[in-house]
Amino acid sequence: MQSRTAVVILLPCPYCGPRNASEFRYVGELATRPDPNATGAGEWRAFLYMRDNPVGWTTETWYHRAGCRQHLTVERNTVTNEVWASRLPDAQLRGRRDERATGGNVADDSGGATY
Amino acid sequence: MFNNRNGAKNDHRMNGYRKPARYSALDLIRHGLSGSDWPRAWHAHDLRRSYDVVIVGGGVHGLATAYYLAKEYGITNVAVLEKGYIGSGGSGRNTAIIRSNYLTPEGVRFYDRSVKLYETLSEDLNFNAMFAQRGHLTLAHSDSSLRTMHWRAEVNKLEGVDSEVIGPDDIKRLVPYMDTSENVRYPMLGALYHPPGGIIRHDAVVWGYARGVDAYGAHIHQNTEVLGIDVAGGRVRGVRTERGDIATRVVVNCTAGWSTLISDMAGVRMPISTFPLQAAVTEPVRPFLDPVIVSGTLHVYVSQTDRGELVFGASVDPFTSYSMRGSLEFVEELAGHVLELMPSLAKMRVLRQWAGLCDMTPDFAPIMGTTPVAGFLIDVGWGTYGFKAGPVAGETIAEIIATGKTPELIATFDLARFAEGRLVGEKGAAAVGH
Repeated sequence: MQSRTAVVILLPCPYCGPRNASEFRYVGELATRPDPNATGAGEWRAFLYMRDNPVGWTTETWYHRAGCRQHLTVERNTVTNEVWASRLPDAQLRGRRDERATGGNVADDSGGATY
Repeated sequence: MFNNRNGAKNDHRMNGYRKPARYSALDLIRHGLSGSDWPRAWHAHDLRRSYDVVIVGGGVHGLATAYYLAKEYGITNVAVLEKGYIGSGGSGRNTAIIRSNYLTPEGVRFYDRSVKLYETLSEDLNFNAMFAQRGHLTLAHSDSSLRTMHWRAEVNKLEGVDSEVIGPDDIKRLVPYMDTSENVRYPMLGALYHPPGGIIRHDAVVWGYARGVDAYGAHIHQNTEVLGIDVAGGRVRGVRTERGDIATRVVVNCTAGWSTLISDMAGVRMPISTFPLQAAVTEPVRPFLDPVIVSGTLHVYVSQTDRGELVFGASVDPFTSYSMRGSLEFVEELAGHVLELMPSLAKMRVLRQWAGLCDMTPDFAPIMGTTPVAGFLIDVGWGTYGFKAGPVAGETIAEIIATGKTPELIATFDLARFAEGRLVGEKGAAAVGH
């Protein structure tokens, strides 16, 4: 499924600023991994395979392979390809709001863009 | 579910059967001389309050399901609901390639049945679908892909499908314009040659099935979007549409792109991610390209239509989206790859490009059959190979509805395989090659 075709959308990387999506690798929908020791095969396979596949806003993981090589959590609209914000996966846990970058294809920057 | 015991009920409904106006040479002359209008191939109807079967999605799959329900089992109190016009989704956006040289035995058997149905489709529907079995070449540019081609050829031969590995000299004989030299970035080491493969007029397939469905008295409702599915006590009770509610006990999800939305309405979770796939077509030129050419390494497939246009497709876009916009990068990459195969096409102009939605599953195989919700059937997850499976999907889903039994041919494509860890593994033959 890896494709060398690129589509022009700008992803706001918290480290590198707005970059063309072709610099990134799409990883997939954000999914919380269940504890392997405390989960049955059915629940584990649901985590592996089942997807929400929403029409509209979704939260997903991207990897900035041609940049800072960080995994990012990105909020994107699957209909318009607008990007609302991206952040490091654990930025929220550490309360570091400044690691969040907004924009890309939308005007709103209420999250405090760092670029 | 229905069974064969309700014959009397359906005999009664067959009273509404209108024999289709048969297209023939005599008819052509008569209409040509008299200038009279041709009869409509299918009709608009009022929405009934209830149907025996409601099929969501008016593409090849939905219409074929309705057609075989009526033809094989006499079930004609059926509605096909389409939110746009028939064939406006994947059925009208694919690159119309038909083949059966897959990798897994179950995949080969399944798609081979579809090729067989396509071979007799024009006669069966009395509608020329223009199936041209000009052969199908899957190029190998590396030792590992050549190995996979040999593997596929052997599996194909065991299943009785005409398929063999040929060398660069034979490729050159079949396609003189192909650059089979070693002075390219990815020299060709060989190809999997599949003579029964070819292309068909995809719109004609949709229209032919629609005409057949209409002739049997089933209803095709265009511009009728499904808003919800009523489920009570673990089984389907009805469908809500923008034109009113329908009571029914059987709903079939035959959509692509929007299949997650429809399944969500019934509360059935699916392992599907929707990716756009782009395609392009050139200006028409004289016929020079006989077989369909596929290169997995170069992410491209190309065929020449009966009108002389070259139709190109690629692999899916790199991230999920419901947006069907084309991109400049796609055309640039495509042109580079096509010119690597056939440098003499450098002056050809691309007329237009478009995108369709592909429901990708983790194992590159479809999801067909029953779900935990009784009466809710799915025929989804068709990724990039749905069009070529239209007839056999319709035939097998119709069998499930009519008999309540899942045919052996599609037993491995059930939804439960993901929960039970029985993935099919068709990626080697379905990921890029079409």
